[in-house]
Amino acid sequence: MSRILATAISEFRIAFRNRWVSIATGMMVLFALVLAAAGSAPTGDVGVDRLSVTVASLTSLAVYLVPLLALLMSFDAVAGEVERGTLPLLLTYPVSRLQILLGKLLAHLAILALAVTLGYGAAALVAVWSDPGAVQGLGSLWRLIWTSVLLGATFLGAGYALSALARRPSGAAGLAIALWLVAVVLYDLALLALIVTDGGGAFTTRALPVALLANPADAFRVFNLSAAEAVAAAGGIGGAAGAIPLWQSAASLFLWPLAAIGLAVAAFRKVTL
Amino acid sequence: MTPTLTLSRLTKRFGGMEALKAVSLSLEPGKRAALLGHNGAGKSTLMKIVLGLIPFDGGEVSVCGAAPGSPSARAQVAYLPENVAFHPALTGEEQLRHYLALRGESPRQAMELLGRVGLAHAAQRRIGTYSKGMRQRVGLAQTLIGRPRLLVLDEPTSGLDPVSRRDFYDLLDGLAAEGTAILLSSHVLTEVEARTDSILILSGGQLVAEGTLAALRARAALPVAFSVFPAPGHEASLAAAFPEAAADADGHLRLSCTQAEKLPLIARIAALGDHVADLDVVPPSLEDIYSHFSRRDGQ
Repeated sequence: MSRILATAISEFRIAFRNRWVSIATGMMVLFALVLAAAGSAPTGDVGVDRLSVTVASLTSLAVYLVPLLALLMSFDAVAGEVERGTLPLLLTYPVSRLQILLGKLLAHLAILALAVTLGYGAAALVAVWSDPGAVQGLGSLWRLIWTSVLLGATFLGAGYALSALARRPSGAAGLAIALWLVAVVLYDLALLALIVTDGGGAFTTRALPVALLANPADAFRVFNLSAAEAVAAAGGIGGAAGAIPLWQSAASLFLWPLAAIGLAVAAFRKVTL
Repeated sequence: MTPTLTLSRLTKRFGGMEALKAVSLSLEPGKRAALLGHNGAGKSTLMKIVLGLIPFDGGEVSVCGAAPGSPSARAQVAYLPENVAFHPALTGEEQLRHYLALRGESPRQAMELLGRVGLAHAAQRRIGTYSKGMRQRVGLAQTLIGRPRLLVLDEPTSGLDPVSRRDFYDLLDGLAAEGTAILLSSHVLTEVEARTDSILILSGGQLVAEGTLAALRARAALPVAFSVFPAPGHEASLAAAFPEAAADADGHLRLSCTQAEKLPLIARIAALGDHVADLDVVPPSLEDIYSHFSRRDGQ
């Protein structure tokens, strides 16, 4: 444990000096405030508190931004050590590859948690300031924060795995961007296209829920929207959220980080010097 | 005494190429061995196998009684890679605190370790601003953590100035006196000559020679070179006395003989009395011995 902690402290320092802490926090706060300002108009007709509506918009933001930040922080984790030549010495220390990755994960998760808490917190402050009744939505805000951290953990793990597979930072960066595009953008576009052509048939009723659970980003969206019962406010693919039991999307949210980190450790173990 | 490091018939192949061919050696506690060889002779491969960084194909390796790379071996072995690198964003002190924690030692020792390698003044600066020599010292400092039983040093003095090199070998002497076995590779043969107990010469993946410098010198039986400086006005008589000698541009006579002929030759020169101004006897250098062994079984 002390080895994981020591690794985490060094990684946090490195991320802080490389401005990752300020970049991540700045991005989250900026986008959250823009959303909070832009989303202030349609509150009246939805019939829920202001903060819950903000959280619904923040969920859509987080689906894009949290995986992106996680991949940006993680793609260099193994490939960077290989390129700098710091890995051989590190691997002669009495520390396992699992411990090294967990240390990096701890530091990067702390930064993500800080960024989303400050970002969502800023948006929440705006909501509560303009509508004191919005404090009712604090529960959904808290849920959004911890699910964002889990979503981040999944993409951090995926980023480490790509980093170990690519072994060069440039290759790892390319793979990370590709993963982000596929998992967060193209996957949903493909599902939408299938829903349209299917016209409410077997795909929409049977395969769609599975497809949503199979993608950590969609599971995150489904969980937050159905838990907040703010489906109506979100619409789109979120509309399908009601059909999926809460425990299933929660399970997907919890299992994905474990799978991603398991994959990362397996890929890291394959890195020879 | 049980050896700290034992290799027996170690073989390593990369594709079809044999990088190490049945290499056997052992290193006892407190002994300093220098591993010599051309680039590509297998030095770094051998070290990486000892450290457990890469697998091997045949033979046996025992590091402090354990398998290379096992947790027990890693806890007792310290390594200094060639061209050691660190994260440029960390300061020297932070980097050492990290390494201390990984070895389960108190991070408070970081400043003391940096002091031992003469880096206390730069402890708060980022390693990105360090010179190559300073990075090498950070690398050296991290090998001093705990009490390693085996030190593996790949070209440890590259990038160090002559004074730092001497300090570095003084540190090694202290560690060896406490029982640490040291395996180092170097290109600077003169310093290896003076500061190690035995020499291992690798050539084309084979261990072609092993022993103390004196033993290797005797085995190689290379000629001893003489430079005889004639006294003014006696150049011709001296040249006549040594018809086998070659005169160089300065008028010095160059002679060479086997080890056994050395004393009789000195007696002959001394017998010429004041015809001789001075005499230099040059025993075969480590470079000569090294070339002899690495060429004989050539690559």
